[in-house]
Amino acid sequence: MPDLLFAIELTISGLLNGVMYALVALGFVLIYKASGVFNFAQGAMTLFAALALVGILARVGLGLAIVFAIAVMVVFAFAMERVVLRPLVGRPPLSIFMATIGVSFVLEGVAQSIWGAEPKGLNLGMSARPIEIGGVYIGRVELYSAAAAAALVAVLIWFFQKTTIGLGLRAVSDDHEAALSVGISLRRVWAITWTIAGLVAVAAGIAWGTRLGVHFAVVLIAFKALPVIIIGGIESIPGAILAGLIVGATENLAEGFIGPAVGGGVKDFFPYLIALLFLLIRPYGLFGREIIERV
Amino acid sequence: MIYRETGVFHAGYREDMRIFPLFLDRAGMALVLVVLFVGVPLVASEYWLKGLLIPVLCYSLAALGLNLLTGYTGLLSLGHSALMAVGAYAAVIAYGRYGISMPVAFALAGTMAAAVGFLVGVPSLRIKGFYLAVSTLAVQFIIEWVMTHVGWISGGVHATINVPPLRFLGLPLDTAGEKYVLCLVVVAGMTLFAKNLVRTKIGRAWMAIRDRDVAAEIMGISLFKYKLMAFMVSSFYAGVAGALLAFAFYQAANIEEFTLASSIRILGMVLIGGLGSILGSFLGAAFVVLLPILIANGLHVAAGLSGGLVRTDVVANMELVVFGGLILFFLIVEPLGLARLWKTFKDYLRLWPFPY
Amino acid sequence: MRRTTCTVLAGLLLAALVAPLAPALAEEILLPLIIYRTGPFAPGGSGIGGGMEDYFALMNAKGGVEGVTFKWEECETAYDTARGVECYERHKAKAIFFSPLSTGKTYALAERSEKDKIPLLTLGYGRSESTDGKTWPYLFPVVANYWSQASAMINYIAQKEGGIDKLKGKKIALLHLDVPYGREPIPILERLAREKGFEFRNFPLPSPGIEQSAAWVDIARRYKADYTLQWNWGASCTAPYKEMQKVNYPIEKFMSVWWCGSEEDVRPAGEAAVGAIAAAFNIGGRQYPVMQEILDKVHKAGKGNLDTERVGTIFHSRGVVHGIILTEAMRIAIKAKGKPLTGEKMEYGLSNLNITNARIKELGAEGMMPEIKTTPENHGGISGVKMIKWDGKAWAPITDWIQPDVAVVSDQVKITAEKVRAEKAGKK
Repeated sequence: MPDLLFAIELTISGLLNGVMYALVALGFVLIYKASGVFNFAQGAMTLFAALALVGILARVGLGLAIVFAIAVMVVFAFAMERVVLRPLVGRPPLSIFMATIGVSFVLEGVAQSIWGAEPKGLNLGMSARPIEIGGVYIGRVELYSAAAAAALVAVLIWFFQKTTIGLGLRAVSDDHEAALSVGISLRRVWAITWTIAGLVAVAAGIAWGTRLGVHFAVVLIAFKALPVIIIGGIESIPGAILAGLIVGATENLAEGFIGPAVGGGVKDFFPYLIALLFLLIRPYGLFGREIIERV
Repeated sequence: MIYRETGVFHAGYREDMRIFPLFLDRAGMALVLVVLFVGVPLVASEYWLKGLLIPVLCYSLAALGLNLLTGYTGLLSLGHSALMAVGAYAAVIAYGRYGISMPVAFALAGTMAAAVGFLVGVPSLRIKGFYLAVSTLAVQFIIEWVMTHVGWISGGVHATINVPPLRFLGLPLDTAGEKYVLCLVVVAGMTLFAKNLVRTKIGRAWMAIRDRDVAAEIMGISLFKYKLMAFMVSSFYAGVAGALLAFAFYQAANIEEFTLASSIRILGMVLIGGLGSILGSFLGAAFVVLLPILIANGLHVAAGLSGGLVRTDVVANMELVVFGGLILFFLIVEPLGLARLWKTFKDYLRLWPFPY
Repeated sequence: MRRTTCTVLAGLLLAALVAPLAPALAEEILLPLIIYRTGPFAPGGSGIGGGMEDYFALMNAKGGVEGVTFKWEECETAYDTARGVECYERHKAKAIFFSPLSTGKTYALAERSEKDKIPLLTLGYGRSESTDGKTWPYLFPVVANYWSQASAMINYIAQKEGGIDKLKGKKIALLHLDVPYGREPIPILERLAREKGFEFRNFPLPSPGIEQSAAWVDIARRYKADYTLQWNWGASCTAPYKEMQKVNYPIEKFMSVWWCGSEEDVRPAGEAAVGAIAAAFNIGGRQYPVMQEILDKVHKAGKGNLDTERVGTIFHSRGVVHGIILTEAMRIAIKAKGKPLTGEKMEYGLSNLNITNARIKELGAEGMMPEIKTTPENHGGISGVKMIKWDGKAWAPITDWIQPDVAVVSDQVKITAEKVRAEKAGKK
């Protein structure tokens, strides 16, 4: 039955996409987890990281370039904490959300004036030829990204569960004042959180840059990550991964099987429909913390 | 300021409940309206009318609609411009394809958008905040898709419908001045309505929901009714604003003008202008529409002065930086928006020159 | 702190208001250019804008066109229509033409420009029916419109297959951005499919169209398209090359609209894009005398309008073609109607273009652009394209000019133009 094979292929390519969505979604989750802020600038940060990497790659080797990109994101994280977040302490989340919109404009502008707006290739020496397993093709970039994402998630979970700093981050997200009262520095925690989100941006930037090239469109991938975090639960790291997989697979299947019947192009809003469904049935997502809250 | 509240006494509820209880405030507002209705069309060049004032007016109305929802009722929406698209297409189809007269077309635009807004509002009964924002985002994508894919609406692959020459109750609207007055009449009328609406039971119920929904419910306010009402009224405003934009500014209903980016811009207008402020909606719209133009012109002058040392693409990108920076500046220095800035200024003047 | 900010803001405001008043010299005309150097479509906007400016700068260096020299002012729009309209209104008093560089702005400006008698040059952009000069007297597509392009691409496939009758039973897919621009070729392809007997299906990609895996699995594995055309823009042009490798779809069966046929579109895909084929109405490269002159007289003099390494790229060359068409129209207008130039005279010039191959050679652009002829009724648009191929370093032509199916395209233009006329008139 050709339809079955087709469905399998769609699912596999969708799952691999899903991992890449999850990489972007992780950045959102991290910042939300540690500061209760929805970070609109995550897409712009990804672009910034990727451009920093590609910009220096012409002159130095890959390893150094990655170090450089990470360094840039660390500087950004500290600047972000000092210039934007510190004056906004205690403001409603909506203001901080708006501030991240402002930050994303600034990042896009700065990134494109330094490195130009032309798309750039990012070649890590990976062949674009797929691996064939039982008549099904699997892209290498996606496969490596999946491995990287898995490693990243493992490290992050370990970090949040086992290290002192990680525990501090969780304390801050639970209760700012209680955390402050036991001597956790809010400033340091925020700077660290944004640094980690910056690292995730570097990873996502490398993955998407290898696949699509580095340019402005990278910013827009952030919109693919929104349904992912709704479905997975906005503060759950494993949730982001699982939801990424769900979104990737279902959107592909929807395009392949529902699309032809209605004129196609359903792929973009289908994940949002699923997210909507989740919101109605299970508003805190798959792994989100169930908080009894006024609605 | 040259006048004081002291010495003004009201002898009845009617007087006390006026929008502008002070005579001088009323006179001032009347003066502003006379200037806008008579002075501006006489004095302003076509560039000011067509290039700046008309879009500012249309977007003010859209921002006002969103402010009723976000600022007064506390519900966040990222799908506002999709509702504007509903209004724009409804109006242009009614007016162009079926020859329905313009006032009715406007009413139809608002009603259609309100009907869609009703559906958008349903999930708000269960979810809120950021989650609600994502559900409105879904609406944005779905409406865009429907507009492009349903042939009857889009009128072909372009999803763009031209607007025939405008006639309002038999009068042709050709010149920039006439179109400007059309916008002004609609916007002024709907602003007055909104100003009064937020002072009625409905408006107070909205604000109660915004401030504490559980408390509001206990006081006997039906969340179901008032939240949906907020969505519908806000969508009505969006629909009319979309129709105005299509008629008086873009001269076509084109789905590409009502994308997510424009929804975010309108949200920006509300936040920069001031949540829960009618005046703020206008200030915010003017700020967001005009600022990039000012920045671009200013930077070009600067680049010109530097003798071409600055590359033009850097200038273009700097514009983004300045715009983002200003958003940050306002958020950090004056979080309640431009409306609050204006109020601070007024309070300062009230005591000036003896600030003690 | 606050005071200084206020002063700076006030200064900017003042400067911004004074800017449009800067006086122009007697024989120098001001050209307002709507462009976009930021945002998702920046490569196209900066390339074409820079190319156009480079050509005007070259004309200035050579003493101007019929004694007229140029000064230009960019309006950065970031692809936003409202900003384009603002630019138009700001400059329309002095402008003799506008080049909106986007379909949205073309719509918003079409009627204004008709009223103000300022022609819009929509070279290579949408509105295929604007070929009809009676419906849109002030719109000038001039080179092949999208329908001609789609039809010519089908003819190219027929040529490869060995005759138009060989198309019967073939499957042709269109992978397109799901926006008005991407959907524009659908009616003509559906019609050609009916008339020539091939099968056609479109695969829409929701904007920005960067994630295409589902569409590609479908095209290659289920639908099994014999040929695939793409009507994308920006990053969505680049994405297919890696996707098609993943599904083992042969690159020689895949061809792109000219907005996907620039260096910026294929370079990021690296090795995967070698062998890519695209349609083009302008050929890139620095071998043309006009490009050498631009390098010598403009860029060496430090007056370049984009990075020197981009001179001769497809987008830059497209900008130069814009410049050639505009200056030729100016010559015709000045010769027939005298100075000073106005929008109306430009309209005359643009609707009486006759740029022959001999003339193109004189201009130093032999082989870079097609012959062009317009009349007041026919604003150009039904003409041929060349197919070009990417060898990893440059796009080189692999065919001569391929003509579209003139009868079908002109009929489609006629039908649509009538519909638009009815729409513009409204129901009385």
